[in-house]
Amino acid sequence: MTDTRGRIESISAGNRLEIHLSGRWEVGYAAELEIALAQLSPPVDQPVLIDLSGLDRLDTTGAWLIHRGSEALRSPRRSVTLSGARAEHEQLIARVSGLYQPCEIQPPAGNALIRLVARLGENALTVLDTAASFTAFIGLTTVTLLRSLLHPRRLRFNAITVHMEATGINALPIVSLISFLIGIVMVYQSAFQLTRFGAQIFVIDLLAFSVLRELGVLLTSIVVAGRSGSAFAAEIGSMKLHEEIDAMRALGMDPVEILVLPRILSLMVVLPLLVFTADVMALLGGAIMCWISLDIAPDLFLQRLRSAVDLPTFWIGIVKAPFFAGLIALTGCYEGLQVSGSAESVGQRTTRAVVESIFLVIVADALFSVVFTILGL
Amino acid sequence: MPMNDAVMLELDGIGCEYDGTRVVQGLSVRVRRGQVICLLGPSGCGKTTVLRAIAGFQALSCGRIYLRGQAVSEAGRTVAPERRGIGMVFQDYALFPHLDVLDNITFGLQKQTRAQRKQTAEKLLHMVDLHPIANRFPHELSGGQQQRVALARALAAKPDLVLLDEPFSSLDGDLRERLGQDVKSILKQQGITAVMVTHDQHEAFGMGDMVGVINHGRLLQWDTPFNLYHNPAERFVADFIGQGRFIDAILDTPDSLRTEFGIIQADRAFLWPPGTRVELLLRPDDILHDEAASLRGRIIKKAFKGAETLYTIKMPDGTELLSLFPSHLDFNLGDDVGLRIAADHVVAFSTPKREENPEYASTPST
Repeated sequence: MTDTRGRIESISAGNRLEIHLSGRWEVGYAAELEIALAQLSPPVDQPVLIDLSGLDRLDTTGAWLIHRGSEALRSPRRSVTLSGARAEHEQLIARVSGLYQPCEIQPPAGNALIRLVARLGENALTVLDTAASFTAFIGLTTVTLLRSLLHPRRLRFNAITVHMEATGINALPIVSLISFLIGIVMVYQSAFQLTRFGAQIFVIDLLAFSVLRELGVLLTSIVVAGRSGSAFAAEIGSMKLHEEIDAMRALGMDPVEILVLPRILSLMVVLPLLVFTADVMALLGGAIMCWISLDIAPDLFLQRLRSAVDLPTFWIGIVKAPFFAGLIALTGCYEGLQVSGSAESVGQRTTRAVVESIFLVIVADALFSVVFTILGL
Repeated sequence: MPMNDAVMLELDGIGCEYDGTRVVQGLSVRVRRGQVICLLGPSGCGKTTVLRAIAGFQALSCGRIYLRGQAVSEAGRTVAPERRGIGMVFQDYALFPHLDVLDNITFGLQKQTRAQRKQTAEKLLHMVDLHPIANRFPHELSGGQQQRVALARALAAKPDLVLLDEPFSSLDGDLRERLGQDVKSILKQQGITAVMVTHDQHEAFGMGDMVGVINHGRLLQWDTPFNLYHNPAERFVADFIGQGRFIDAILDTPDSLRTEFGIIQADRAFLWPPGTRVELLLRPDDILHDEAASLRGRIIKKAFKGAETLYTIKMPDGTELLSLFPSHLDFNLGDDVGLRIAADHVVAFSTPKREENPEYASTPST
């Protein structure tokens, strides 16, 4: 017998391409046949006829090669026909072609560097997606807020008071204590530096400016983000997990109106008040420290304070508070509503709520600084 | 789309995807007003996704959902759940923990006046028999009571369609059955259409006028409980519903089957040509105890069920059969028993042909 290995011959017949397969299409010749098949490249719109009449033997590997090869050649503008196969070969090809299972787990591609870049890109796109959906959430909340303001009876005053107590009154001790200590630390540190220039009295200017303009509002916002932003995310997240939010929607109630608005409104009212407390406590701490370490009596401290800062400085700090409050509450509620699946997700979303809201607060603070500088304040 | 007034809900070839994975495909169902239907399937088969799609929580990737004749869901457009006017009972009830029973029930009625709310609540409490505990909080209630509260809450806004997501899955068997009957009678009394999802066939059979069996996101059979049990359309349905074992058989004439255990006369004519290899379903009630019979097997498993005992019997050729004996016939493991096959409703499926499987294919050589 002559050479029996599997062979491919392609002949151009008129305006179509005929591919004649012959010999033994078996696993032993699969590698060379695969290469030969891959080299076939007929013109785009030429019909292809695959003639199988010359096949001696066919096994599953061969049948699979023929099926895959003919599918690779097929395109919208090119028809591929199989013809001349013996009955048993045709049956085998039909059987094999029905068993195609795409590989679901792709092996990791490329080297470590490419994967790193790819991950960076994926994460960047995720961040963009999150930013877009957070913006949409802000829009949705704003629309709901305006609608509620038109029908003030739909505002849930009970819920607002409850949240004001939880986020405001209950936060007073910790906010006061932290501000008091910061006042002490500020005075202590700056006194040490300024004494070298004999400029102790400017300690008060430094303290008043930094606390009233920046530190008071920033510290309070960070504490509130950690306390209430996380609480919002966890509360709403666990409601989401227990399908309570779905239940609300099925009852025809809007979760944004019921859960998100009261939290945002109460925090926007409460945070400026907390900032005011923080300002007072920081100045108090500073005054006590001045008295102890620099021998500046309280009446002198007050006098100096009055000449160092004016009312706008105080307002600059306070005016930022409602904006920061809005950002913290929105982030907390947004992350809470994103919870899905397991209890683990509540934890992750809570962490994200805190990190994101602190980040947003600091970014917003920077923007405010730029705006106030431009306005000459 | 011509819609009949009597049709409450229609799913028209709906498909759903999660991250590119199809979890529901080409599912079509039509539910008439006042019907209680059940979607039955193993866990992870996509039945809850279908329910969430009807409620509007899940977007469709293809197909349409019509509610009261209006298209409410299609690819790229989903009417929000709060605008669909449906009631829903969730698997873990999803009661609001900080509200008492009364407030839970009236939560969705905030547009009504106080007096109206009170009146509705009175009626609902009466209906679900919860009067004495109207002022308790959810954590103070038993599972069955929480379930009733969830139902009352779903019915408060007088929806004409109620969706129930495995509503009895966390209750014990006895209570489950009783509550199931209560719920069904309430739904029927009020003329409410209901779609229930469950993995428990007894629940589905007890509650559903029609039952749809779903597997891998496809609807395999849409039929009455009787037909599902006695006339399953597919092997999966036959296997999933009820108990039973498949044995090999060959079709002799259109209505008689030759098996290892003798000829079995069918109550219907099969369409396959004589000589076709088929798989025959033998349910436990098809096999009777008969000490005089020549057909004998050895008992390898025994499950006492009260009035009856379910035995797993190993036949000499290795086949295992299930059989229900009246429980006064008490056998031990290892006992040899005589059996008679008395199949009234014969269910058979053609065996997938081994010859077509390429693993076994042999190609003739030249």
